[in-house]
Amino acid sequence: MASEETNHPVRLKVPVRAEDLENLKIGTVVYLDGLIYTAREGVYKKILEDGGSLPTDLVSTSNVNFHCSPAAAIEDDGTYNVGGVTATASFRFSHWMADWFSLTGAKIIIGKGGMSEQDYRELFVPVGAIYLTTVGYGTGALLGRGIKDVKAVYWVEELGNAQAMWVFEVENFGPFLVESDLEGNSLFEQHNKLINANLEKLYDGLKAPALSRFGETDDRKDELI
Amino acid sequence: MISDQQIEQVAGQIMAKAAIDIPDDYRRGIEDMAKWEKGELSCFVLKTMMDNWDAASEDRRPMCADTGLPRYYVKVGNDARLEGGFIGLERALRAATARATHDIPLRPNRVHPLWRTDHNNNVGINAPEIDWSFEPEVDWIDITTVHKGGLFGSDYRMLFPGDGIDGIKRFFLDTLIAFGKRGLACQPAIVGVGLGGSKDTTMVLGKQAACLRVVGDRNPDPKVAELEMELKKLGNSIGMGAMGFVGTSMVADCHIEVGFTHTGGMPMSVHTFCLSSRRATVRIHADGKTEFRGNPEWFTPYMRRETVEWPVKKPTTQSV
Repeated sequence: MASEETNHPVRLKVPVRAEDLENLKIGTVVYLDGLIYTAREGVYKKILEDGGSLPTDLVSTSNVNFHCSPAAAIEDDGTYNVGGVTATASFRFSHWMADWFSLTGAKIIIGKGGMSEQDYRELFVPVGAIYLTTVGYGTGALLGRGIKDVKAVYWVEELGNAQAMWVFEVENFGPFLVESDLEGNSLFEQHNKLINANLEKLYDGLKAPALSRFGETDDRKDELI
Repeated sequence: MISDQQIEQVAGQIMAKAAIDIPDDYRRGIEDMAKWEKGELSCFVLKTMMDNWDAASEDRRPMCADTGLPRYYVKVGNDARLEGGFIGLERALRAATARATHDIPLRPNRVHPLWRTDHNNNVGINAPEIDWSFEPEVDWIDITTVHKGGLFGSDYRMLFPGDGIDGIKRFFLDTLIAFGKRGLACQPAIVGVGLGGSKDTTMVLGKQAACLRVVGDRNPDPKVAELEMELKKLGNSIGMGAMGFVGTSMVADCHIEVGFTHTGGMPMSVHTFCLSSRRATVRIHADGKTEFRGNPEWFTPYMRRETVEWPVKKPTTQSV
């Protein structure tokens, strides 16, 4: 397990350079400084399926995509009040990632729960991208503290606050854990292997219910994502 | 007479309390868990959770940006008088939701399921939900708000009497393992189990058991209480801790609620609350005095009554 690395947090400046990611091992604690943006299903659909255009300076200023919607209000005078930010589960977005990487050059995806090791190998590794998971998931106040400014919000009228693209200036923004490294190893899958070894004996002696259910899997070592 | 204006005002206050302040019972539960947790990453997650609660309270910002589906549980005293009646109370809770969404701020989460229409205020068709219960011989109302995420961690299954405790244990394990991987269930959490009733009742009881009972509370039926403790232990023996990392911190507590059910069935639901356990309660007395508290005290002896009469009539002693 990646215990020794968790004690040495790493701070990265965004946009991150290829060499910044080279030595990051799964389980490492990471904090970010610079510009990051949110994009999830609303933005992916708009840009990748409905022919929308990216904000002109997005690609040159940030290569970090956060799967997130902030707890934030837009005031009548156009200013923003950002309370907390937390991630949403990323596995639902994997079918958009190949196109998103090639359009934006994103190098870091931040979210909840990660994606499969297969996704990392097929989608992330070829473009030199890694995945950072938020910690605990409900740590919105700590992440909210790291947001210093809202640089822009795109498509809020059309997509609503939650699905709009928010561009944040962040400082010491974290903590995050490296869930996949440049080789496509997954921290979650590493832990799942260890946990799976214990599962069979949990069910020892418990008789199966009378009525079965249709399902996509009966193997508890599988993941549902 | 309890006024609509006061209801709206205090409902806004509990919305903020629920979003920002971790309930004391849950904090103690997690502090206790942290003492036993050996998994390195699970420990790191627990520590970060506690840092996050402190940051939220200090900055008065939400613990979690996913507002979940904010909703209300209202218990009305049989002698309570409401200025605007039940319609006025419902309107006040909807108004408080919209205002709190902007003022705290909370993330506007509620959208139309098909058209994805977002009013940016967490109000819409059938939203927020308001569940009702009643209490005899008192003149106050209790309003509890719960903000719980809604995508992962709950499941339902029709079991049968012959499936017995084995069936209950299997389905409990199935649900925790399925949604615990990668921490999708946002564990460690209070886990609620609904047993019996009709299918919809099963879901409602399990949800309320998770969200409206506090860590350390036990079902008044000693055998059900024993099963609660057994399931808690079972969940923490899976080997899966906070965020799905190797560890033991999965179930902060387990609460079971039962309802009389079909003679041939034993429907079951499992619900995981989350690592922010967002709930807050206020009592409004007839004279306008308010009391805020962390324990919803939703399941009263009256709610769990088994007989026709209330109060339960003692059998009269017959002379021979």
